[in-house]
Amino acid sequence: MDDALLMHRLHFAFTVTFHYLFPQLTMGLAPLIVILKTMYLRTDNALYNRAARFWAKIFGVNFIMGVVTGIPMEFQFGTNWAQFSRVTGGVIGQPLVMEGVFSFFLESAFLGLFLYGEHRLSRIGHWWAGFAVCAGSWLSGFFIIVTDAWMQHPVAYTRAADGMFQVTSFWGLLLNPWALIQYAHNMCGALITGSFAMAGAGAYYLLENKFTEEARAFLRVAVVVGVLACVMQIFPTGDLHGRFMAAHQPATTAGMEGLFKTEAGASVVILGQPDAESQRIDNPLVANEMLSFLIYGTRTAQVKGLNEFPKSDWPTNIPLLFYSYHIMAGLGTLFVAVMAAAAFLLWRGKLFSTRWMLWIILLCLPFPYIANEAGWMTAEVGRQPWLVYGLMRTSEGYSKYVHAGNSLFTLLGFMGLYALLAILFLFLVLRLMARGPVEEEATDIGAGTPLTVE
Amino acid sequence: MLLTWYLLVAIMIVAYVVFDGFDLGVGVLHLFVARTEEERSLLIRTIGPVWDGNEVWLLAGGGTLYFAFPLLYASGFSGFYLPLMIVLWLLILRGIGIELRMQLDSPVWRGLFNGFFSIASLLLTIFFGAALGNVIRGVPLQPDGYFFLPLWTNWTVGPQPGILDWYTVLAGVVALVALALHGANYAALKTGGDLNLRCRRVAAWLLPVLLLLTLASLAATLAIRPALLDNYQHMPVLYVIPLLVGVSLAAMWRLGRGGHELGAFLASCAYLVLMLVGAAAAVYPNLLTSTTDPSLNITVFNAHSGEHSLSVGLIWWGFGMALAVGYFVFVYRMFKGKISGMTGGHGY
Repeated sequence: MDDALLMHRLHFAFTVTFHYLFPQLTMGLAPLIVILKTMYLRTDNALYNRAARFWAKIFGVNFIMGVVTGIPMEFQFGTNWAQFSRVTGGVIGQPLVMEGVFSFFLESAFLGLFLYGEHRLSRIGHWWAGFAVCAGSWLSGFFIIVTDAWMQHPVAYTRAADGMFQVTSFWGLLLNPWALIQYAHNMCGALITGSFAMAGAGAYYLLENKFTEEARAFLRVAVVVGVLACVMQIFPTGDLHGRFMAAHQPATTAGMEGLFKTEAGASVVILGQPDAESQRIDNPLVANEMLSFLIYGTRTAQVKGLNEFPKSDWPTNIPLLFYSYHIMAGLGTLFVAVMAAAAFLLWRGKLFSTRWMLWIILLCLPFPYIANEAGWMTAEVGRQPWLVYGLMRTSEGYSKYVHAGNSLFTLLGFMGLYALLAILFLFLVLRLMARGPVEEEATDIGAGTPLTVE
Repeated sequence: MLLTWYLLVAIMIVAYVVFDGFDLGVGVLHLFVARTEEERSLLIRTIGPVWDGNEVWLLAGGGTLYFAFPLLYASGFSGFYLPLMIVLWLLILRGIGIELRMQLDSPVWRGLFNGFFSIASLLLTIFFGAALGNVIRGVPLQPDGYFFLPLWTNWTVGPQPGILDWYTVLAGVVALVALALHGANYAALKTGGDLNLRCRRVAAWLLPVLLLLTLASLAATLAIRPALLDNYQHMPVLYVIPLLVGVSLAAMWRLGRGGHELGAFLASCAYLVLMLVGAAAAVYPNLLTSTTDPSLNITVFNAHSGEHSLSVGLIWWGFGMALAVGYFVFVYRMFKGKISGMTGGHGY
């Protein structure tokens, strides 16, 4: 691979992977906080408001990290992928600007009110501020998914003689079936991160025997939402996504599964190490005929292998694709088991006293992050060698005048800066966790309440 | 249709400069005007609830540019690669500076984040001014519509300039002073007592400097690109814009001396709007000018998106912006009035 192409790909891959650590918690936690606020409104029990305030603090730190690492993403389309932006700007410029216009203004207006304006608003008003922030973050996710879905599965476009893409249907672009499936799958993933974070904190406090009332509230809300999200992550959303991919990106599916040759009654490889050179899988642990069954509903159906496609159209990094997909799917299965067991114990009224289960929940906390990142890697590594699937290759899209040295220079800059952000984030969040959901005054921004006007 | 989108992009950039301009300006003043930690906190609280929304105009404006004129977005963003990346780093430091400074009650922590916030704000104003200077001066566009500029070459305005030359540095200094003054006017409007007095004194001191710099930048611009007067010659009514720039400065002086804080702030908004409108009127229909061959200019006519996108875009864009304006009115009403000392806990 050309040096500059590799650098530009690493640049985007690094910045977007780091960025997505934060929005997944923002989008996953926001609905849980809204649920806590709703319970406060309905039961009038201050416990729920205390719980919501505690999570709002963590949410605030997480949110600002998402904002500052998100701005570079929009710029990088132009800085590092200029030819791609020029050719496809008529299409994907649209969801990107819609994100700014419809969700960033909404989020930025209400975040301050939600985090610091509690005693300036009525209880209902504060609930609405939280709801607006939640809606903004979910809308933002939708527009980004629409952008990515068009690159995965281009619809509603024409291409002019000079190669430029243009939208032919506004709704066709927004309601791209790939986008709807991917959005559902992605948002379940975010909810899994959010619910494991909340459940993990609850388990931690119970094991420490601190803040036990709040910890029980965290666990109740997080386990109920978590079990639903974990199940829906696999069925129907993951299942639909897999079938849709097999139909529209068969080479990607073959790469994900490590299926080098077309087979009737193809097996699922559960573990193994793909060797793209000699086209085989070392040390395979297989489930016979399962792949045919999962994709086509029958054990004998034929599944296309990589041999059906010219090598130039193969995903460029088959081992990485294979591992990302297997890590995602393996962890997804584990999450269902953990959350189902937790939900069962919650239903039997034994969750809060079952220490081994609390330990498992606590130790699971980092894994949804890995699963979400691995899922995105599956989608984006699997799209290769295409930038716009089947239409524009990744090697045609980068900024030709920005040489590899420039790109490495700024990549190193981002690495240094993001290392600082990671340390700050962990420090601040662990500090908030250590302090716990203590009773305190609602914080206030302070600007111009009627009482302080001079 | 194309003129409409040119105006819409221009409006968004103007909105960005006017709104984020004052919080950048407050950032510039933050280390110099405020003397105690309490005053620093007060200054930050004047912009705390609104700075993030103000910055969204940059994202929405950049996005609108991408959507309506993809060629310009692609060419400009890749050509200004290095300064844009530095701007991104500064935006990151500034964002965490303002949002995380209250997390710890420690002088070292506060000092560090105050420094991030203030120094990043200061450098950003200079970079934004220099960016505008680059657009006005022109860049060495290649036949394929792209270019790449090093950060500096020999600091002269030639056919192969750098991002920074004497002209763009001048533009950066104009932006620094204009936004610091804008921030001082805003801070005077939102604070009382001693801090208010000092903000007003800074504003009174910066105003003559800005007047001189405005005249110098006007002269420099006409010296390096006399063709910028073409639109003005064809439509003499445009000469009212520089006239109004003068009026806005005079009004700022009168109102500032008379203690009309709101009036002075609005005059400062008007100054920024008029300077940008004057530039936009001069460069149209060019979006990016070539320093080597005018036939390579990127214009609204060769850089735009498809008809369908642009016409459907007017509908959802109008709807979305109406909502955004609604949020702005709501938030600014919510936080209207002067802020004063420590009234209980606060977020910023």
